[in-house]
Amino acid sequence: MDTLERKRNLTRILVHLILILVSITMLTPFLWMTLTAFKTTTEATSVNPFVILPSHWRTDAFSAVITYMDFGRLYWNTILMIFFRVLLAVVTASTAGYAFARLRFPGKEIFFSLVLFQMMVPSQIFIIPQYLMVAKLHKLNTIFALVFPGMVTAFGTFLLRQGFKSLPRDLEEAARLDGCNIGQTFLYVMMPLTRSSMVALGIFTSVFAFKDLFWPMIVNTDKNMLVLSSALAKMQGQYVSKFPELMAASLIACVPMIILYVLFQKQFIEGIATSGGKL
Amino acid sequence: MGEKRRGLSPRERSEWFWGWLFIFPTVLGLIVLNIIPIFQTIYQSFFKTGDFGKGNIFVGLKNYQKVFGDQEIWQALANTFRYAVVEVPFSIALSLVLAVLLNRKMRGRSFYRTVIFLPMVAAPAAVALVWRWLFNTEFGLINHVFKSSVSWISDPGIAIYSIAVIGIWSILGYNMVLFLAGLQEIPHDFYEAAEIDGASGVDSFFHITLPLLSPTIFFVMITRVIGALQVFDLIYMVIDETSPALPKTESLVYLFYRYSFVNKNIGYGSTIVVLLLLVTLLITVFQMLAQKKWVYYG
Repeated sequence: MDTLERKRNLTRILVHLILILVSITMLTPFLWMTLTAFKTTTEATSVNPFVILPSHWRTDAFSAVITYMDFGRLYWNTILMIFFRVLLAVVTASTAGYAFARLRFPGKEIFFSLVLFQMMVPSQIFIIPQYLMVAKLHKLNTIFALVFPGMVTAFGTFLLRQGFKSLPRDLEEAARLDGCNIGQTFLYVMMPLTRSSMVALGIFTSVFAFKDLFWPMIVNTDKNMLVLSSALAKMQGQYVSKFPELMAASLIACVPMIILYVLFQKQFIEGIATSGGKL
Repeated sequence: MGEKRRGLSPRERSEWFWGWLFIFPTVLGLIVLNIIPIFQTIYQSFFKTGDFGKGNIFVGLKNYQKVFGDQEIWQALANTFRYAVVEVPFSIALSLVLAVLLNRKMRGRSFYRTVIFLPMVAAPAAVALVWRWLFNTEFGLINHVFKSSVSWISDPGIAIYSIAVIGIWSILGYNMVLFLAGLQEIPHDFYEAAEIDGASGVDSFFHITLPLLSPTIFFVMITRVIGALQVFDLIYMVIDETSPALPKTESLVYLFYRYSFVNKNIGYGSTIVVLLLLVTLLITVFQMLAQKKWVYYG
């Protein structure tokens, strides 16, 4: 083996070592969450000896948090919030994205600058008036309140506009010659071709709705109307140092999204990161 | 006018109609949900909310005067900056290194990418809870592994940096994927030519990768700084209201939350969030100007 080859091998091993070390750092919190969730509080807080694996895999912590909080309800609220946000985002963003990408009409530039402007402003500046609007409509503690700020999406409009811009123009011409009006051309020809952008927007919207804490926490305070993340915030006060319970609740909240991620990792990574990079 | 009418073909008229129809929901939504609220927030910042959230009293610039004299606000601004100054550079540097390491054909590439990106799909509330547990002084895994007894999140001197570590861990994969996408754009011949000329891997990194990736780095930096200035979830979940570390960790958005939704002082809450807007704009404009010095557009 010549020295160059040996050097290459050494580099390769070093690179793997670094990446394995980083992977361990990324996975340890999830692993520790899982291990703690199956322990008793005594085991979790034992220092001498320090307990790594639970002696028995107990599910007491899980039953405790499930009795304290109706997780079925939390999942349901979270899913409804995500469903309506995704539906509205995809519908409004693809129609607007198409118009901004392909149609000519007066006011287009001004209206598009609204889209760009919204993306540049920190979203907290909208929160108080949005909250007051929901309160005035007597819609606090409803699914509507959870969906409200996400009914339209500047980011999604931008993303879909990029998607439509990348399609060839001949398609529309052909559809027009076949007698389609603009609405039909959009619905039957153009929209189906931006499926990958719509999927990306759907995943992006779902993940960020799922992660959001601030808005669900302020609009829905009724125990039955919480979502997973705001329920965790509430439980933290309840189970101050009952670590197995807190970890069990965190695990229940995170596992479905993690499973979906592992199954559709390519779409997730593209939807969340790559579409963010297209701005 | 009659002439203009005639100049408008049926095709054009139909484009106007469909164009307006298609943007109508989005434009209406943006105006109601975003544009009007910005003005309302700015308007509110000139008012004092009466006790129990009742009644608005016009106070002119008093809220702003109060903000400038408010030690708590200055401290929150400093906390926010401390968080950003650790989170942004470290998350960018580390994810850049990881992206470069992964930007080759190798075994386990997609496994590593999947694992490093994983925190992006976990709820920050859960992430904060588990890190809080890892950081626990008496029973935490971190102190056990390092045989230390540091009060990571209750010592006011270091708590904000511990929170920044959680922030870095959470965002690493996101930045890395953006960098990986940017790296794919760099032609492979550049590296081969450099290798023939005797350049080492480190040379190539500094003379090829960094300049050619600088537009992506700039984009990531802009968005990460904006994100870091809005830090809230992690602080809210990690630091208890009674913690001695709270005054040294609460961010601007945390104060905004407390004044607006706990103390119900909407006027002062609005003033804080307008301050956040101004700080964000100022820093973004500064970065836009500074980019001319280091971003390379080939």
